[in-house]
Amino acid sequence: MEKSSSIHATDINIIRKKHMKLFITGLILLALIIVSGSITNYNHIDGLASIPAALQWLFANMYFSGSTLSRLPTVLRLLWETILISIVSTTTAAFFAMIFAIVGSKRTSVNGFLMYFAKLVASISRNIPVVAWALILVLSFGTNAATGFLALFFGTFGFLVRAFIETIDETSGDTVEALKATGATYPQVISKAVIPESMPQMFSWVLFMIETNIRSATLVGLLTGTGIGYLFDLYYKQLNYEMVSLITLAIVVAVLIIEAISNLIRREIL
Amino acid sequence: MSTYVDRSSKGKIKISRPNKGQLKFRMLIIATILFTIAGFFMMDYKGLELWPAITGTLVNLRDMFLMPQLNQITLGSAIWQVIITLSLAFLSTILGAVISLFLAFGAAMNLSKPWVSQTIKTFITIVRAVPTVLWVLIFAIAAGLGSVAAIIGMVFHSIAYLVKAYSEAFEEIDEGKIEALRATGSNYFHILFHVVIPQTKSFLIAWTFLRFEINFGVAVAMGAAAGAGGIGYALFMSSGFYYDMNEVGMITYMILIVAILLEVVANKLKAAA
Repeated sequence: MEKSSSIHATDINIIRKKHMKLFITGLILLALIIVSGSITNYNHIDGLASIPAALQWLFANMYFSGSTLSRLPTVLRLLWETILISIVSTTTAAFFAMIFAIVGSKRTSVNGFLMYFAKLVASISRNIPVVAWALILVLSFGTNAATGFLALFFGTFGFLVRAFIETIDETSGDTVEALKATGATYPQVISKAVIPESMPQMFSWVLFMIETNIRSATLVGLLTGTGIGYLFDLYYKQLNYEMVSLITLAIVVAVLIIEAISNLIRREIL
Repeated sequence: MSTYVDRSSKGKIKISRPNKGQLKFRMLIIATILFTIAGFFMMDYKGLELWPAITGTLVNLRDMFLMPQLNQITLGSAIWQVIITLSLAFLSTILGAVISLFLAFGAAMNLSKPWVSQTIKTFITIVRAVPTVLWVLIFAIAAGLGSVAAIIGMVFHSIAYLVKAYSEAFEEIDEGKIEALRATGSNYFHILFHVVIPQTKSFLIAWTFLRFEINFGVAVAMGAAAGAGGIGYALFMSSGFYYDMNEVGMITYMILIVAILLEVVANKLKAAA
């Protein structure tokens, strides 16, 4: 009797400790929310109030007038340009990322120095935000497609190297070892085991990156004056909100179509 | 009985023939490569002089990375701007995480009704399709350019990302555990707070931190593109307004250091999950 009650008491203690821990974590998070709210001058009530107001505004501007609809071809042309830039930059980046990933993965690396070098280049390239790349490149390249292409290229490249290294590490462990045991040379191991094994997964990452890049391309376009982002910025500053709604709608439809296509491809290849 | 041997054009014996799926995949890769090459010719390079552009960029990069220096702002204020950007990222992540948690309970197939799950997932897909910067600018019409619009816009996108991640983690929970609790007569909230959350806690933390890392980059972008303030705005001013490459370099280094630190922590959390 004595013993069982003592166990019971410690049980309560554990739960009490758990609640205490949870309570303190919650308190710290709450304090951080209040502190960061005051640093950024964020008002929670204003924030909540802006959600219905903005959505109501967005739908109120969705009855497009004739003059707005007549600009639809321009919107579609720039949208196509943006999509093109994001696809081409992703596939080009994927090509280089594959080389760096093969050098950077510990299963397939040539030597330690090159491995860390590849990882360092990738890490720098992805951790400099796309915005910074865009702002730097636009100074010399000016407002044309090459700026957007290069800005997206660097960000995508860094991200894909990380994703590809993970893919190679996950998929090609046993096959590489089996091929090495038969006396296969390094190029044979890469071309017969590593690439075929990890290709579908890598392609899936490329599709993911294309989806992401269409959204990033809008941002880059806004900063560098190209593509659909530029058009959005132009009408936004002119306060032509019908056009703003139309462009937003066009982007949403484009992204949804591309997501649907890439889901279809994923189902086929994975 | 004759044996059929498939030979390549050089006379070597082919050991394996690609199956239908592999052929399809090969076609896909070839199509992608062709599209990429064609895409390079379809892009609009109006007014681009390639060689001066490349040398100009290299000179700028040298000024940035080899001679970083702050001119327009002091180091103290630059660090304060980084803290502002971190705060923007933190607020939008944590507010997004709380809302996402509840939406993810509804979106997870095993914890909810199919129509609820389907509705939430459709809503999320549409929210995700709008670029963050457009959300921020749309909210800015109602709330004015500034931190309120930036945070709400980023919260929207964080929700779209986290609900997907959370609900997928919930869907992988062992069905037996939920059923065991149901058999004891536990209600919905008991199941959520005694099985679902404890089981997936480390995943939830890892995903949330990963989103925090992403939101830091987004917050920099919003500072530059949507007037949210912080280090992104300082970057925008020093490059687009003052053309001060040395300062751009210093700011880029500061962003880079924070981003790499966040990435290291995110990787640690992900490995532990």
